[in-house]
Amino acid sequence: MDLLYQIPVLGFLFQIVGYLIDAVVNTNLAPQTLALATPIALGAMCGVMNERSGVVNIGIEGMMLTAAFVGFMAAVIVDDAMPDAQPSAFFGFTPALLVGVLAAIGAGMLVSALHAWMSISVRADQIISGTVINIIALGLTSYLNRTIQPSGSAGTFDSFDPPEALVDLPIVGWIFNMFLSQGPITMSVIVIVIILQVLLFRSRWGLRTRAVGEHPRAADTVGVNVFALRYRNVILGGIFAGLAGAWLTLEFNASFQNGMTANRGFIALAAVIFGRWTPIGAFGGALLFMFSEALGVAIRSNPPPGDLGVWLSGIQASYPSIYNNSFSALPYILTIIVLAGVVGRSIAPAAVGQPYVKEGAH
Amino acid sequence: MKLARRIYALSIIPIISVLLALLVGAILIILTSPVSQGELDLLLPIKAYEALLEGATGISFLDTDDGTLAFAFSIDPDRAARALTSTLVAAGPLVLTGLAVGVGFKAGLFNIGGTGQVLVGGIFAALAGAAVAEQPVPVAVTIAVLAGAFGGALYGFIPGALKAFTGAHEVVVTIMLNSLAAFVIIGLVNDIFKITGPTFARTADVGNAVLPVLFGRDGNVGILIAFAMVPIAYFLIYRTTLGFEIRTVGANPSAARYAGMSPRRLIILTLSMCGLFAGLAGAIIILGPSLGYYPAVFGTTIGFAGITVALLGRSHPVGIAFAALLLGGMNAGAPAMQIVADIQREIIDVIQGLILLFLAMEVVIRRVLRVRAESIAPEELQTVSASYGQGSTT
Repeated sequence: MDLLYQIPVLGFLFQIVGYLIDAVVNTNLAPQTLALATPIALGAMCGVMNERSGVVNIGIEGMMLTAAFVGFMAAVIVDDAMPDAQPSAFFGFTPALLVGVLAAIGAGMLVSALHAWMSISVRADQIISGTVINIIALGLTSYLNRTIQPSGSAGTFDSFDPPEALVDLPIVGWIFNMFLSQGPITMSVIVIVIILQVLLFRSRWGLRTRAVGEHPRAADTVGVNVFALRYRNVILGGIFAGLAGAWLTLEFNASFQNGMTANRGFIALAAVIFGRWTPIGAFGGALLFMFSEALGVAIRSNPPPGDLGVWLSGIQASYPSIYNNSFSALPYILTIIVLAGVVGRSIAPAAVGQPYVKEGAH
Repeated sequence: MKLARRIYALSIIPIISVLLALLVGAILIILTSPVSQGELDLLLPIKAYEALLEGATGISFLDTDDGTLAFAFSIDPDRAARALTSTLVAAGPLVLTGLAVGVGFKAGLFNIGGTGQVLVGGIFAALAGAAVAEQPVPVAVTIAVLAGAFGGALYGFIPGALKAFTGAHEVVVTIMLNSLAAFVIIGLVNDIFKITGPTFARTADVGNAVLPVLFGRDGNVGILIAFAMVPIAYFLIYRTTLGFEIRTVGANPSAARYAGMSPRRLIILTLSMCGLFAGLAGAIIILGPSLGYYPAVFGTTIGFAGITVALLGRSHPVGIAFAALLLGGMNAGAPAMQIVADIQREIIDVIQGLILLFLAMEVVIRRVLRVRAESIAPEELQTVSASYGQGSTT
């Protein structure tokens, strides 16, 4: 190995690859990545549901933020009312957390219903409707948060502790670690993604949804109710945005901060485009985008050995702020590269962004 | 007469939207009053809006001294001068970010990148200003302001070129660029451009490049620069060939192409121009008398507020100027409202969002309130999302 590392230039690449493999297999880089990718992936599922049925949703960010706040507040209120509730051994479930998640999902669906109404019935510009949702969500949650100043917290869900034997398995152990050392919302992501992928491409609902997104008139003539299906899909998509919000305040953090979604909803949109409007692809995009963020954490806590480590710590010593911010900036750079089509052209559903008007109606 | 009817047709829905937003905001203030005041206070919105108006204009119509509300109209000239100055100072950057969005709408482009373009324009202005800090004031100010405009234009050029050549939709690209600019600039200021001395990380003083104060405490040249862009933008959009091409490509891209216009060129030019306006906004904030340097923690929401300004002003430069004055007044009055009525200033953001919501619901408002749809040219009510995800423009 050391011999490989000493080849000029190429050896440096080997060091990077070697470090990455080591970090993925032996540290908690993989579970970190999946955890950070959770709100992105869930937001992207909301995006897929919307855009596959022909509705642009720029408002995922605002839906997530609203859900994060409502979920947090609901959990705090229930927690105050039931101070004696003991967390269950199963993920540390408490009544407060459970109510919080349900409230977050409800909030996500409610905001989605507004977007559905604006996009489908009012036929407002869908990008503007999404922007409205983002602006109101940020303003309203910040206003309420500052006014109420919630004290205390309902805590967070616990992570599952997979059996040592599984995690220590050679070669595949890290995969079990990645998907099992997680809280309930993160763990459910892979299930949601697979179910949605199968439904979208193997069920009658999926066929109709795709038809409505590609050619609503054709779908209408064969008897699909375009309006009802779009309404249903947009509102159901809110469930995922709501779960993403719940992850923010009930699984990842135990508090709410103004504007805490920090553009995750927009990165989710990019993941949708990256994944060419498929759930699995969007999930892959979310993992890719968040890998750099998790890698930054991993490198800081466990710097690579050899030349690579010397080089990195040299940069860190001279330019600490640039160094730290680079890892945070990487997902956004990746997103732009993806959007620019460097990894291949990605074509949106044909009817996306266009309100449907029934023939002969005004 | 024709002009009056046109102004009515274009402004009636924005005016109704503002009133409805204030109404809903009032309901929200009442609903949260048990938390903010300790008891349900039905008159709180009146107190709050009065403080807001007084903070923005100096006009007071209530006497709240003895704890009860009594109608008492008064204007204190000193106070009015101070209030109006701060309204103008707040409105200046909003005019520019409003134009940064509105000019884009004319070409069918949605520039959500105002925030990033403001930051880049600001850092360019700060660095150029520090470099020419010793030059005579007119030279220093001109160079620093132009540098800010150039920085913003450069940052608008990027999404323009990406859209024109790869079809990457400007909405998501500009949002990504907003975050990118913030991270990159924080890193650069902390590690490279930081000066020793101040207790917090910031760039060097811009010296003579600080915008000269013309009136009041901080009524500076930036206000003139901002409002001077209104007639310039009007002339550009409605009286030049380029403006005609921009409006044509916005109204009907295929028609523009068949007429021999190049949508690619227009997309790049328009987004660069949008960036230029936003960059100017960054420049006049950073070079303003209250800053004069770029603090590493500088953050701003005026890029997003520009969307509200542009839509409220119907993407027309004159409308944008009025909308910016309204929103600038709200921003200037918010601190007074927070002090007098103890209402968090974020209520302003809620009201601005609500204004947008009602504007977007134009069809519904017309139907419910029976406002007749006057004949407005469709190009004056742009839609922007038809192009979402549709790939390259050629």
